[in-house]
Amino acid sequence: MALDKTGIAKRIAQELRDGWYVNLGIGIPTLVANYIPEGIEVEFQSENGILGMGPFPFEGEEDADLINAGKQTITARKGAAFFDSAMSFAMIRGQHVQLTVLGAMEVSQNGDIANWKIPGKMVKGMGGAMDLVASAENIIVAMMHSNKAGESKILKACTLPLTGVGCVKKVVTELAVLEIKDNKFHLIERAPGVSVEEIISKTEGDLVVPDVVPEMQL
Amino acid sequence: MNKVVSGVEEALVGIEDGMTLMLGGFGLCGIPENSIGQLVKLGIKDLTCISNNAGVDDFGLGLLLQNKQVRKMISSYVGENDEFERQMLSGELEVDLIPQGSLAERCRAGGAGIPAFFTPAGFGTEVAEGKEVRIFNGKPHILESALTADFAIVKAWKGDTEGNLVFKATARNFNPMMAMAGKITIAEVEELVPAGELDPNFIHTPGIFVQRIFKGERFEKRIEQRTVQQRT
Repeated sequence: MALDKTGIAKRIAQELRDGWYVNLGIGIPTLVANYIPEGIEVEFQSENGILGMGPFPFEGEEDADLINAGKQTITARKGAAFFDSAMSFAMIRGQHVQLTVLGAMEVSQNGDIANWKIPGKMVKGMGGAMDLVASAENIIVAMMHSNKAGESKILKACTLPLTGVGCVKKVVTELAVLEIKDNKFHLIERAPGVSVEEIISKTEGDLVVPDVVPEMQL
Repeated sequence: MNKVVSGVEEALVGIEDGMTLMLGGFGLCGIPENSIGQLVKLGIKDLTCISNNAGVDDFGLGLLLQNKQVRKMISSYVGENDEFERQMLSGELEVDLIPQGSLAERCRAGGAGIPAFFTPAGFGTEVAEGKEVRIFNGKPHILESALTADFAIVKAWKGDTEGNLVFKATARNFNPMMAMAGKITIAEVEELVPAGELDPNFIHTPGIFVQRIFKGERFEKRIEQRTVQQRT
């Protein structure tokens, strides 16, 4: 069965490593923080200016001055630090953050990502996404395999205005884990009960399928 | 050097139609809401506003947009504002969308006397159109120029009579860089204290960057996305 958003977040959480500083984007990526594997320690950076982001506050303890990049009320963990936006992007551009997880509208097989604009229809802006994808060494995209019209978002070439070029290394969808290398998508894992055929049929980009595709262990 | 002015009316003296303003804040967090209210009241128009976001329809910079006082916005993310999106898509409002880190650094550079810098952000995207590209360490970078403003309007938690500022939590965001980049910088603060009461070790923005400071009359501090967890 295809994963729900929580399942995608759980699978991405398995990519976390002890000692990493991690930036989580808005949407599914935010959920990753709920599933940190046991025995490892990671710190979450939110680009509006906090390192050591904690869980949502209890009701009545919300602080308008303490939010994440999705403008959600949050808490600060013990040992947290606040800083300004220039300092925040110095951490990001300077490659002091080990992993970036973000959402996308399209990803192409050479690692391009589009997630900020649909010409003539929707313009939200890129926020920090362009800075993040231009500098992060390790970028995982969390998204649904197809858009609402049922069209694949895993493409040979992006059709929407780009956010970054040649930067995405891994994509986790409700159906599969894909790695990007040598200008192709490589099927690494499939969601429990999802067939390889379904993944192939919903992937527009070139897909390398090994003889055996293991199921995700969630 | 005493920077204190009597209130928001005196603080905003000299802001005229057609000027460029920087306004601190991220979302609705750390925005100079008293000054925005006064700009609406004064009806100053044709403004170029540099601010990471554009508020929401009925709060923050959204109030200036509703009132058609803004000619051009320079921002990184405007997704929470329907009126903004409508004015932009219809062409009524000129918009320059730039990556958040580049926006922050362009403000910092403007205040720090650095006319331009190279960054990898936006290479290969429409943000890079018309900009010089250079390779450093094998990687392409684009040239981004500094930003300054006729007035920068920032919001701080505490300030003293010398203009020294301390920000609270993530309400710091763009405020320190914008304070640096204004020809005249106005700070509205929640608490205004005499010089000497703030520990010099913990000043975020030194008073040299601030020309006018006042205690804001009222801070609504609206929360954009109230997210909580249940007690178990």
